[in-house]
Amino acid sequence: MAQDTHAPLRLAVDIGGTFTDVVLERGALRITRKLLTTHDAPERAVLDGMKIVLDEAGYGFEEISVFVHGTTLATNAIIERRGARTALLTTEGFRDVLEIGTESRFDQYDLFLEKPAPLVPRALRFGVPERIDVDGNVVTPLDEAAVRALAPKLESAGVEALAIAFLHAYRNPAHERRAAAILREELPGVEITMAGEVAPEIREYERTSTAVANAYVQPLMASYLTRMEAALAEAGFAGITYLVTSGGGLTAIETARRFPVRLVESGPAGGAIFAAQFARRLGVSDLLSFDMGGTTAKICLIEDAEPATSRFFEVDRAARFLKGSGLPLRIPVIEMVEIGAGGGSIAQVDTLKRVTVGPESASSTPGPACYGRGGDRPTVTDADVALGLIDPNGFAGGRMTLDKAASEAALSRDVGVPLGLSASHAAYAVHEIVCENMASAARVHAVEQGADLGTHAMIAFGGAAPLHAARVAQKLAMDRVIIPPNAGVGSAVGFLSAAVAFEVLRSRHVTIGRHDAGEISAMLDDMAAEARALVEPGALGAPLVETRTAYMRYVGQGHEIAVTLAPGQSALEDASALRDAYEQAYAGMFNRVIPQAEIEVMTWSVLVSTVPASPARLPEAAPAPVPAPIGRRRVSLGESELDVPVYDRTALTPGARVSGPAIITEDETASFVPGEFDLHLDITGCLVMDRRTARSATKGEAA
Amino acid sequence: MSKSPSVIEFQVMWDRLIAIAEEQGQVLIRTAFSPVVRECGDISAGIFDPQGRMLAQGITGTPGHVNTMAESVGHFLAAFPTQTMKPGDTYICNDPWKGTGHLNDFVVTTPVFKDSKLVALFSCTSHIVDIGGVHGLDGTDMFMEGLQIPMLKLVDQGKVNETLMAMIRQNSRLPEESEGDVYALASCNEVASRRLVEMMEEFGLGTLDALSAHIIERSREAVLGEIRKLPKGSWTYEMTADGDDTPVTLKARLTISDDGIDVDYAGSSGPARRGLNVPLPYARAYTSFGIGCVVAGHIPNNAGSLDPIRVSAPKGCILNAQPPVAVHSRHAYGQLLPDMVFGCLRQAVPDMIPAESTSGLWIMALHGRRRSGPRDKAAFGLAMTLSGGTGARPGKDGLSATAYPSGVMGTPIEIAETQSPLIFLRKELREGSGGAGSYRGGLGQVVEVASREDAPFSFAATMERVKFPARGCEGGENGAPGWIGLGSGEVLDSKGQHEIAPGQSLVLKTPGGAGLGGAASRDPVLEDSDRCNGLTGVQA
Repeated sequence: MAQDTHAPLRLAVDIGGTFTDVVLERGALRITRKLLTTHDAPERAVLDGMKIVLDEAGYGFEEISVFVHGTTLATNAIIERRGARTALLTTEGFRDVLEIGTESRFDQYDLFLEKPAPLVPRALRFGVPERIDVDGNVVTPLDEAAVRALAPKLESAGVEALAIAFLHAYRNPAHERRAAAILREELPGVEITMAGEVAPEIREYERTSTAVANAYVQPLMASYLTRMEAALAEAGFAGITYLVTSGGGLTAIETARRFPVRLVESGPAGGAIFAAQFARRLGVSDLLSFDMGGTTAKICLIEDAEPATSRFFEVDRAARFLKGSGLPLRIPVIEMVEIGAGGGSIAQVDTLKRVTVGPESASSTPGPACYGRGGDRPTVTDADVALGLIDPNGFAGGRMTLDKAASEAALSRDVGVPLGLSASHAAYAVHEIVCENMASAARVHAVEQGADLGTHAMIAFGGAAPLHAARVAQKLAMDRVIIPPNAGVGSAVGFLSAAVAFEVLRSRHVTIGRHDAGEISAMLDDMAAEARALVEPGALGAPLVETRTAYMRYVGQGHEIAVTLAPGQSALEDASALRDAYEQAYAGMFNRVIPQAEIEVMTWSVLVSTVPASPARLPEAAPAPVPAPIGRRRVSLGESELDVPVYDRTALTPGARVSGPAIITEDETASFVPGEFDLHLDITGCLVMDRRTARSATKGEAA
Repeated sequence: MSKSPSVIEFQVMWDRLIAIAEEQGQVLIRTAFSPVVRECGDISAGIFDPQGRMLAQGITGTPGHVNTMAESVGHFLAAFPTQTMKPGDTYICNDPWKGTGHLNDFVVTTPVFKDSKLVALFSCTSHIVDIGGVHGLDGTDMFMEGLQIPMLKLVDQGKVNETLMAMIRQNSRLPEESEGDVYALASCNEVASRRLVEMMEEFGLGTLDALSAHIIERSREAVLGEIRKLPKGSWTYEMTADGDDTPVTLKARLTISDDGIDVDYAGSSGPARRGLNVPLPYARAYTSFGIGCVVAGHIPNNAGSLDPIRVSAPKGCILNAQPPVAVHSRHAYGQLLPDMVFGCLRQAVPDMIPAESTSGLWIMALHGRRRSGPRDKAAFGLAMTLSGGTGARPGKDGLSATAYPSGVMGTPIEIAETQSPLIFLRKELREGSGGAGSYRGGLGQVVEVASREDAPFSFAATMERVKFPARGCEGGENGAPGWIGLGSGEVLDSKGQHEIAPGQSLVLKTPGGAGLGGAASRDPVLEDSDRCNGLTGVQA
């Protein structure tokens, strides 16, 4: 392959729960590798993987210009409760805010439910006299002596990290800052997180929970980052390191040390950036990214080539991914839904004789019944084997032989017999229900974003997605499915096209029309300066863009809508323009506006970012000949029995066109093209499936 | 669909109906103004067939609304026969006996048309922030409790009933918010109707008849299947509750047979003088919810799953109060009914049943006028729901400061402070309030609030479990009774209006859940952890 030695050499690494993915890029050269994650010292797999791809390309560490790193270490530390011994300092009288939470039950009917244990036990939660009111005025001055008096207690309790979360500190952080200063003096070894800094937003439970999570993972992340930096330096690396945040931006290592909670969920964010990058390259502005792996499926909406974002996330949700069952985090995140639907999801029949699939997963051990590793419960993969969608002899590039009879036996026993269905009908039921579950999650996600999926294309990646994508798309009335190459390491590839970015959020409650534009403008300038200071070290002089957003609602409502603000103070002075912008967004979501109701802003945000890599839209490939199928397979989908040609993906060249039904196999996965779809390979190597009776243009009338 | 749908197609369509009802509820929450709706989720949403049978409901919602709304649509159909309904119509009502038990809850029902045929109805309900009337339970008949809306058209073929809207505004202390809430109710039905028509087109359905029959039959059979696993027989349980002037007796007889579960409340006290009376639909809602938690938690709620559970109470008793008695705080006893059901079932299946909980929500209803800010915005009203502890469960401690059976969420302090001139001085777990036992009851909480201004504010108390706490079982101890008073230590009556003077603070201590099993047999590790975390010991 021609190597472009003028282009910068860039590496990306994504540490996941099972695999560490490595991608090397220089110009058009791309080398990828998957290694098992080394949990005891994650930097080992990182260095090993980097060395393997560098060796293969013939480069050394010293030639790397940019190293982009994403990791689930912070997430896993929370889920496995392996973080630091953390204490919490609150306003006196509110030390249980973390445990009282929302006072609700995430499952109405479960008499035996357990709430997630708080990251800080009650014995390590301390209240100190101080109080700031809703307008930021000091009601009770901080009792500095009481703060100082806590130091020996914290020390003797072996506290390694501390979160400080005072009421209304998003409005006035003076007390938090003073308390932190005192305790830094007294306890120099303890990492301190101020809630008003890490999540300066109204709602004390979410803010405190975020601060506590940050403190909890900080020592572990700081130590990991230091070890990794040292190991890289020793190997000769002299480039720049970026960390990927949950919001999909890149950040400098120092920022990652201060706000490690912002690194939670960076892997899935990489997947969304990967998808967004393809959107630009393919000239498709609106996409639904669909990432289906072994245990879960993640779905994310991408509009105008930007993933949907949110400022709320729940980490460590209970088994069924139920809303409200995890620990809330107020951080900028790429908004996605995750459900328990993957290749390993287990199927069964409930008391209503309904087929249920997941969230329980057979994982890699014992695995699906067809793996023959001790698993005997039917999974989605078993259903796909029984239907003929997966070739038992060609799995994982032929390195593994699957036991189709075991799949059929498990499906028969657990699904077929209770419902009076044959093994193949039982398999079809499982396939159909898992697709419906994912379509349903996508539908809810689209509703929450006010989007019409009929105008979107789907981009599918992750090992299990290509077999199910077209069926899910059909259910969502979507006409195009794109399956990119390197789908297995999509997150890490996505990292390399992320922008250097930081978003600063702050709550300041104002009513439109009675607001002081000068004051707000000054606050936004402050926030922009704060964000710039964090972005500039990593931007290396690249031009920066700034996006200002107001989270607005009618006075009295509980949920805000993000409204992008025009730049400059004058935009803030024009109350009627602000009102119009809000009402336009509101009507888009809810069909109507509320006449005469006042509008208020709760929270403001400033995002400072380099301009994301924007690959040029590529031309269509010229028609190319279609190679002969490498075989044919019987596929049975409910009532229809199909004789399906099988093609080898590597034998297809851009421009080749195939009509469904067809199966396209490759090493890591296989794609199923239903009869209603045509497939072609585009110039970037993506498989593109188009529904033959595309009706997106007339969909509005049809509904 | 040319042929009859397969089992799998039925299942997919059923799931889709549940998802549509959930979307309906989410739209309602996101567009509502009433704090108790938007921060607490005090709503319900559901889809009904043309005969008024509930087919699916949103997962979000609170039982008192869900199961009452299930009956409510039948009343709409009686008042407005389907042949008189037109596309673009929407109906409204807040009759406590035809809706969800008190005037604050508006029920809004919208017929859905496909190819000019009525195919279904969407109904939803939420708590309107203010409809006039006296605050809290002070009314002695329903005419004192605020605006009454009989069965009316809210929207006539797309045209909003402006006369009614003007009446609603005129009768509310918070007119804009109340009007906004009515719009939110109507608009969530519209969104859901659109979704249903799309779904019917996708599946080629002309009517929901076959699907409706499938859902109702399957659910009914599944619930009956679960009931048939239980021992048969009849059990009784009795509870003394605080009451208003005098204690109230609640009596239940629960009978398990092959064709369902019957609960009868004969022997319970007569009507209360003030607004503590419970219309039967509300009593039925919480009774069937309690039973559902034990026998049918995983079975979707609909007309079929509710059918095998039958609830009765003699006309005129406090659980089947008759118009025009006052019903504002019907939750105080309605929410005790799962404990009544559990008391009976504990004798049949002890391993499945928790000890008594706080159960009744402590609604901290605060009103007053701001001294600062614009004059026309001076009135404020705040209704925060506070939870106590739940009862210990076989094998597990109770949950602290957690709502059960209600499904609402608490209001963040910082949000409450943006909506009122009040300042909270404390909100933390109430140490030592969980009933001891080999499994401990959940803890209550202590909340203290004052005004930031030199002004009084009023508090409408409707609290239960102040005189009679949650009772322990199998040797477990009672939870701590609740406490209401001032920062000065002065005790306040747990029922009625109080004026909190400038400079004074209001203190509420919610009850603890009861313990289960003798405390002597508690796991020493748990006991140590409780002590170390300050959960047990001297009662706060």
